[in-house]
Amino acid sequence: MPETALLVRGAVRELTLGEAVREALAEEMRRDPRVFIMGEDVAEAGTAFKVLGGLVQEFGTDRVIDTPISEAGFTGIGVGAGMTGMRPVVDIMFGDFAGIIMDQMANQAAKIHYMSGGKWKCSMVLRTTLGATRRSAAQHSQSLHAWFCHIPGLKVVMPSTPYDAKGLLKSAIRDDNPVVFYEDKMMYKLKGPVPEEDYTIPLGVADVKRVGDDVTIIATSSMVQVALGAAKLLEEHGVSAEVVDPRTLWPLDEKTLIDSAKKTSRVIVVDEGYGRYGVTAELASVIQENAFFDLEAPVKRMGAMHVPIPFSPPLEDATVPNERTVCDAALALCGK
Amino acid sequence: MSTVMAGAAPDAAIDSKLLLRMYRRMVMIRLFEEQVNDLYTRALMPGLAHLYIGEEAIAVGVCEALRADDYITSTHRGHGHCLAKGAAIDRMFAELLGKEAGYCKGKGGSMHIADPDTGNLGANAIVAGSAGIATGAAFSSKRLGNGRVTVCFFGEGALGQGVVYEVMNMAALWKLPVIYVCENNMYNEYTHVSEAAAGDILGRGPAFGVPSESVDGQDVRAVYAVTKRLVDRARNGEGPAFLMANTYRFMGHHVGDISREYYRSKQEEQTWKSERDPIKVAADAILAQKIADQAALDQIQAEVKAEIDKGVQFAMAAPYPTVDKVEQDVYA
Repeated sequence: MPETALLVRGAVRELTLGEAVREALAEEMRRDPRVFIMGEDVAEAGTAFKVLGGLVQEFGTDRVIDTPISEAGFTGIGVGAGMTGMRPVVDIMFGDFAGIIMDQMANQAAKIHYMSGGKWKCSMVLRTTLGATRRSAAQHSQSLHAWFCHIPGLKVVMPSTPYDAKGLLKSAIRDDNPVVFYEDKMMYKLKGPVPEEDYTIPLGVADVKRVGDDVTIIATSSMVQVALGAAKLLEEHGVSAEVVDPRTLWPLDEKTLIDSAKKTSRVIVVDEGYGRYGVTAELASVIQENAFFDLEAPVKRMGAMHVPIPFSPPLEDATVPNERTVCDAALALCGK
Repeated sequence: MSTVMAGAAPDAAIDSKLLLRMYRRMVMIRLFEEQVNDLYTRALMPGLAHLYIGEEAIAVGVCEALRADDYITSTHRGHGHCLAKGAAIDRMFAELLGKEAGYCKGKGGSMHIADPDTGNLGANAIVAGSAGIATGAAFSSKRLGNGRVTVCFFGEGALGQGVVYEVMNMAALWKLPVIYVCENNMYNEYTHVSEAAAGDILGRGPAFGVPSESVDGQDVRAVYAVTKRLVDRARNGEGPAFLMANTYRFMGHHVGDISREYYRSKQEEQTWKSERDPIKVAADAILAQKIADQAALDQIQAEVKAEIDKGVQFAMAAPYPTVDKVEQDVYA
């Protein structure tokens, strides 16, 4: 975790992002008997991505529950359980299944608190995935998190490191609102330092992953490592890049983004979702509305190309930003 | 276990106090809805109003068979469910008029009344939208061991939504204490059920191993008796059930649905109203069994009318929420 101080004492181990997620779930399930996991193949299989291995052995099938392939149904059950005293963690294997569950999230989970005048709460976490380049084609590769960001009443969390994933997931589980928690499928094996002692990261606090002076790269989830790689390339060109990770898209820590934009005066926003009407549009507008007179150049947006994700590897790779394209965009923004 | 049980005969053992209480509650819903109709047609009520007139025996019979801490979920046609589960008339009217004193501080309105104090998880304006919530509440009750049963009310229109079958499947797999109560009023909005639901409606439950029954939804005694049995069964850990209550929507889909001949005849409506009015069915039973005389029933009617009038006056006089409340309650 470059440039980020871990404000903890005690032992720190290297964990993968998948292990950090599993550890967060296990600790919260030990701490609070109301927490349970439900989804397709979450128990003995430990999910399709093998992230939850071992949980069913410790907590049993009453708390790590294999469901039928009924995403709308069991997400709805999660909403009802979250309203009536449980703390469900609903596992949606691929973020592409958002369409199947959207009524449960957008019309039910997101609105019950408001529609009831603040009387009912829905405390649930929906864990799901994003990210292309896994050769999974158009229905298993999308990054559709902007859909949830659009809905008042939902929170959206996008960790980019094992440390963030663990601390943010624990906060999400303890939150009294429906929280959508995105994991990048390609990052499950990413390693990073994670302290052994208990910690949480509050929702709504961005993190400066790398300090720099010439250009700010605001990057989310899968794009944070890309941005950090681009920053290294930029060093060779004498450009100092700052990488800022919002960590949660709602609540959004606008101040950290704006402060960085004012400092460097040049901003690129990189997010793996579609650019049109997407997260990059929102973040860019936050910068333009609040740091316009400090900017030397228009905010540059980079996201997935506006096409269904193709299967053929050379085509798929062309659809998402990479270190090279982000570096080139930064150089152009800096007039180099 | 996957049987279709015969419709229950009215239980002769239903005591007279219970029958009178259910009669009063049905009258309350009827007069409440007539008042809503009046407010709406006089342009005093904003938005939409879907009236429950004609279906009162289902909400009342079902909710009488529940404990105060049992849960219900309701529908866009939900005023009757809320009142039957114990909602107060004045705060109901206040919510319908968008007032701060309403159950949801005016933020929900007619189609979204919700109230934890009466176990009301919320009326829902998405057809079958509460099927998941109801089943999830039943899941919680089983895990927490609190003995609560959940009733999921929906109309026969919801039979077209796949999520109903998804959650029935899981409720059966996990033996959850939930009763799916299908109010078959024969019309999906403006479309007859025969054009929308293929096959045998009561055959759907047994396909999942969910015991299914039908009941005369115009007879509050029959509804109460069968629900009591299904609720006891669910509370004893024997799992979900499906109950189809056959009924009729005396009014239009919503208050503005005035000209209805293109989808059903006036004669059909008249037959149901004159021969199958649930309040008249109950009154006839009360009089025949000499539980009360006509004067006593008239007295009930007058008392309820006074409560309704008081509730409307309260709601009309109550203030709207101030605009600074608009961003409150988005997040807990």
